[in-house]
Amino acid sequence: MKPEEVEAARDAALAAIAAAADLAELKQVRIDHTGDRSPLALANREIGALPPQARKEAGQRIGRARGAVNQALAARQEVLEAEHEERMLVEETVDVTLPTDRLPAGARHPLTTGSELIADIFVAMGWEVAEGPVIEAEWLNFDALNLGADHPARTMQDTFWTDPADDHLVLRTHTSPVQARTMLSTEPPIYVVCPGRVFRTDEYDATHSPVFHQVEGLAIDEGITMAHLKGTLDHFAAQMFGEGISTRFRPSYFPFTEPSAEVDLVCFVCRGATVVDGVTCRTCRGEGWIEWGGCGVVNPRVLTACGVDAERYTGFAFGMGIDRTLMFRHGIEDLRELFEGDIRFTTAFGSEL
Amino acid sequence: MKAPVSWIREYVDLPAEVTTEDLTTRLTSLGLKLEAIESAGADITGPLVVGRVLTVEPEPQKNGKTINWCTVDVGAANGTGEPQGIVCGAHNFAPGDLVVVILPGGVLPGNFEISARKTYGHLSAGMICSARELGLGEDHDGIIVLPADAGEPGDDAFDVLGLREEVVEFEINPDRAYALSLRGIAREAALAYGVRFTDPTERDVPASNDAGYPVVIDDPDGCPVFVARRVSGFDPAAATPDWMAKRLQQAGMRPISLAVDVTNYVMLETGRPIHGYDAAKLQGPIRVRRAHEGERLTTLDGTERVLSAEDLVVTDDSGIIGLGGVMGGETTEMSATTTDILVEAAHWDARSMFRTGKRHRISSEAGKRNERGVDPVITPAAADRVVELLTTYGGGTVDPGVTVVGTPPDQPRITMSYDLPARVTGIDIDAATTVTNLEAVGCALTKEDTTLTATPPPWRPDLNDPFDLVEEVARIVGYDQVPSVLPRDAAGRGLTREQRLRRRVGRTLAGAGCVEVISFPFVGDAAFDTLGLPADDVRRRTVRLANPLSSEEPSYTTTLLPGLLKAAARNVGRGATGVALFETGTVAFPSESGPAPIYGVEWRPSEDELAKLFEALPAQPLHLAVVLAGERERSGWWGAGREADWSDAIAVVRRLAAELGVEVAVASATYQPWHPGRCAVFTVAGEELGHAGELHPKVAQAFGLPARSAAVEIDLDLLLRHARDVPPGPQFSTYPLAKEDVALVVADDVTAAEVEAALREGAGDLLESVRLFDVYTGDQVGEGRKSLAFALRFRAPDRTLTEEETAAARDAAVALAAERTGAVQR
Ligand SMILES: [Zn+2]
Repeated sequence: MKPEEVEAARDAALAAIAAAADLAELKQVRIDHTGDRSPLALANREIGALPPQARKEAGQRIGRARGAVNQALAARQEVLEAEHEERMLVEETVDVTLPTDRLPAGARHPLTTGSELIADIFVAMGWEVAEGPVIEAEWLNFDALNLGADHPARTMQDTFWTDPADDHLVLRTHTSPVQARTMLSTEPPIYVVCPGRVFRTDEYDATHSPVFHQVEGLAIDEGITMAHLKGTLDHFAAQMFGEGISTRFRPSYFPFTEPSAEVDLVCFVCRGATVVDGVTCRTCRGEGWIEWGGCGVVNPRVLTACGVDAERYTGFAFGMGIDRTLMFRHGIEDLRELFEGDIRFTTAFGSEL
Repeated sequence: MKAPVSWIREYVDLPAEVTTEDLTTRLTSLGLKLEAIESAGADITGPLVVGRVLTVEPEPQKNGKTINWCTVDVGAANGTGEPQGIVCGAHNFAPGDLVVVILPGGVLPGNFEISARKTYGHLSAGMICSARELGLGEDHDGIIVLPADAGEPGDDAFDVLGLREEVVEFEINPDRAYALSLRGIAREAALAYGVRFTDPTERDVPASNDAGYPVVIDDPDGCPVFVARRVSGFDPAAATPDWMAKRLQQAGMRPISLAVDVTNYVMLETGRPIHGYDAAKLQGPIRVRRAHEGERLTTLDGTERVLSAEDLVVTDDSGIIGLGGVMGGETTEMSATTTDILVEAAHWDARSMFRTGKRHRISSEAGKRNERGVDPVITPAAADRVVELLTTYGGGTVDPGVTVVGTPPDQPRITMSYDLPARVTGIDIDAATTVTNLEAVGCALTKEDTTLTATPPPWRPDLNDPFDLVEEVARIVGYDQVPSVLPRDAAGRGLTREQRLRRRVGRTLAGAGCVEVISFPFVGDAAFDTLGLPADDVRRRTVRLANPLSSEEPSYTTTLLPGLLKAAARNVGRGATGVALFETGTVAFPSESGPAPIYGVEWRPSEDELAKLFEALPAQPLHLAVVLAGERERSGWWGAGREADWSDAIAVVRRLAAELGVEVAVASATYQPWHPGRCAVFTVAGEELGHAGELHPKVAQAFGLPARSAAVEIDLDLLLRHARDVPPGPQFSTYPLAKEDVALVVADDVTAAEVEAALREGAGDLLESVRLFDVYTGDQVGEGRKSLAFALRFRAPDRTLTEEETAAARDAAVALAAERTGAVQR
């Protein structure tokens, strides 16, 4: 090949490279101008047939030409690749506001997570969580708790009995039998909370349910007083409803405890002020306090029946409705929402409270 | 217990400026919980005045009614002193009567504004009021005609009618039975303000004598005291005085007749229930005894009652004439012609009263007091007060005969150390305060060096133990004095293994897109029928309730599915396109161990006794149920969604088992309510864990769930028992992976699990995992056969596998599958 033909082949290749508009065209250009059948490749093959003197010169010439072409190819490749990538990224743009809810979310029931929250508050104080069966022996649900068969307070609790009633089994009316079980099985000191499902023969309406949930607490140790009860409930209230929310006691009656008290909670909405924005507080109906539960010093008769040395130990106990507590905490207006199973209700609470 | 404030004030020197709010706040802090403050007439705005009817002109109307055109003297209340012209539709009055008039500008209950208006051709300037219009009662026979001495025309009728008088209602706890009387409430009020209390039962009572009605008590434990007094020549037509009727109404009791009203009034005043007999109907001496089993008595509510040997009865020569302390009998009931009354005031054993009331389902004001305990000492005084009121307002004479049989039971003596109140309450209460407060509630004290001995007053049968005295001392000191102190830090062990595992189960299921529900555990045969359970299915053997809320659902459930399926259907009904629900809850299976024992409470039951108690309880395993209905994955811009099917249900169990590290075996099963060809049974270490799969089409349809809905129910206790406690850290190789896919043709009835197990065993130690990735049925494999494609992954812990090693392991796997399952490699 003549020198000018080599240059022409080189120029043609460079022009084709420059003209290649995309990577596919460039690929074809590469085949056409550097492939086995390209003019420069053919020219290179011819070198072997030249006389030794011309061989060197031709070799250098063709080598330079091929070098220039390869360099241009590489450069063009780089440019086109960058262009391609840029274009591809633009083309692949999506609407990121499209819905992504392919898998529906699950949730745990607020009564479950609420009970766990309460348990965690007490476990953090070193208490333990005790549990027991819901169908319970009458003796544990009543007698052992100082509620003998003829105790008028039994009529305060409308009890579900199993059939026949002289099987002496009940659907537990409170979680107190768990406390009795704990005392029967454990040496003091005892610090337990007992969250769980309880039953009363109440009609089902916005504020009553035959099935509801309670958390009861029991502390038995040397030197336990009502002051410890107050301290514990104040701490519980603050953890549950916020710092500064405390409790007050009013004298009351529970066979299980003596002295006994009703526990009221400072209204966590108006914080005791009874009014919010000049209007009577709806949460506490202007009382400044919310009825929360019952409590007291464990009646020594109960300690004795459950095998605890009443001379050496004193204890306190308390009980609150979990359902009611959560209704307050979350502004749930109708108790029945807790038991309807509507996924819109439950998913609103996620998987932890 | 409702009490008019004016009545309370009658017995206690309350300062005039004490408001009802303050009074109730203080009483609440003493333990009488305020239920409500009622103020009759609070919704009436004056002018409401006394008027004297001057003229009444009846005017018949076209509609057949006759109205009265009246003129009424209202004094100066109308500003002019001129008679007020008023149209009135009632006819129970005449000129000269005193009536109650509301003048224009006044407002009656219901926000009914009164104005002068033209009606029936007259300008009627106000209204003559009935009790109903004033919200004072249901009596609408006519307008109120006041007693002649009630007042003068123009007087404010609010005072005359006792309107604006406040009535407080307390919730009385069982231990404060003494507060079921004005006497008791007033005593607490005196305590609250530290002022003088006048006991209405303190009166001169004539002593018992031989001339009284003969009474014999056969059972002094059941009836320690019986007082009988007699009134003769009583006028049965005598009216109850207005003040008494008003107080009874304010206290929530209906006036009936003077004789009955007096007994009720004295009960409210003193707390002692009273019974009156028509003395003319009594035959011979009164005798109090226990009934004989099966004896009969018709009580004055007309009910014939079959008596138990525990019931206390009052008898005369004719037989049983009353259920003592609970309800009188029909034969000796006072009537509209009774002129001779025998008044019974008796003290009854509270426990017997409670049992009899419960046995005969009688709940009365008298029973409520008798079963909680009444002051036994005031019995003669209460009877004396009754005969006084009867003769004062009904005429006749009190017979000189007075019968008082028996003596009040002894009060307990309670010894307590002075520092007990401080030790129990944590309040700094000194001995002097303890003494003062116990004396204030009526205890008689004997003081020793470090202890005192208290004899509670007879109206406090609830005070028996030192801790009872502590409450008395503390409530007077004030519960607001209790300091707030945290107990010492307990060395707790945290949540139990099961508690932690249950939380993990909940989180895993929520993470799998399931929403937790809590349903009622009550069930009935209808649900079992809908689930298609066979007649002998163990789930039909339930713990039944003696008093279920609904006869349709009389049992504690044995399966969580009915509640859960209903909840799913409710969601579908409310428009949910896909529902995944789960519930964990106890179910119950009856115990065969017979009734649960009732032990005493004087000491702890023995271990054997406790074991017997626990055995009598039904088995109550914790179950988990899941239902998956409709869309499991949603459709959207990405394409179609995916409906839940049998495999989603099985996946839930597998996922849970994997989370807890439990090895669960799966096999096919036929079990209601599942589709017979799409139901899996799970086993853990040979024990049945539960089932999962597609619901039987009939069941899904019956519950209103979409076709192909799937469900799970397993014994969660069993799963948790096998949960791995301390998972060992895994050992894995980082040498290159070798993959081999094999497609094996097997008969239709060979399960994937069987083939996989054979592959796994045949492949040996080099196998890292095996996963089925395709199932093919069709022409290429022939009728009755299917092709299962598995991806095998091999890796050695210590080297890169050669092709020969991998191939040998694969061949060994296929060979064992062929041997065990007849698999042929495609
Ligand atoms: Zn408030």
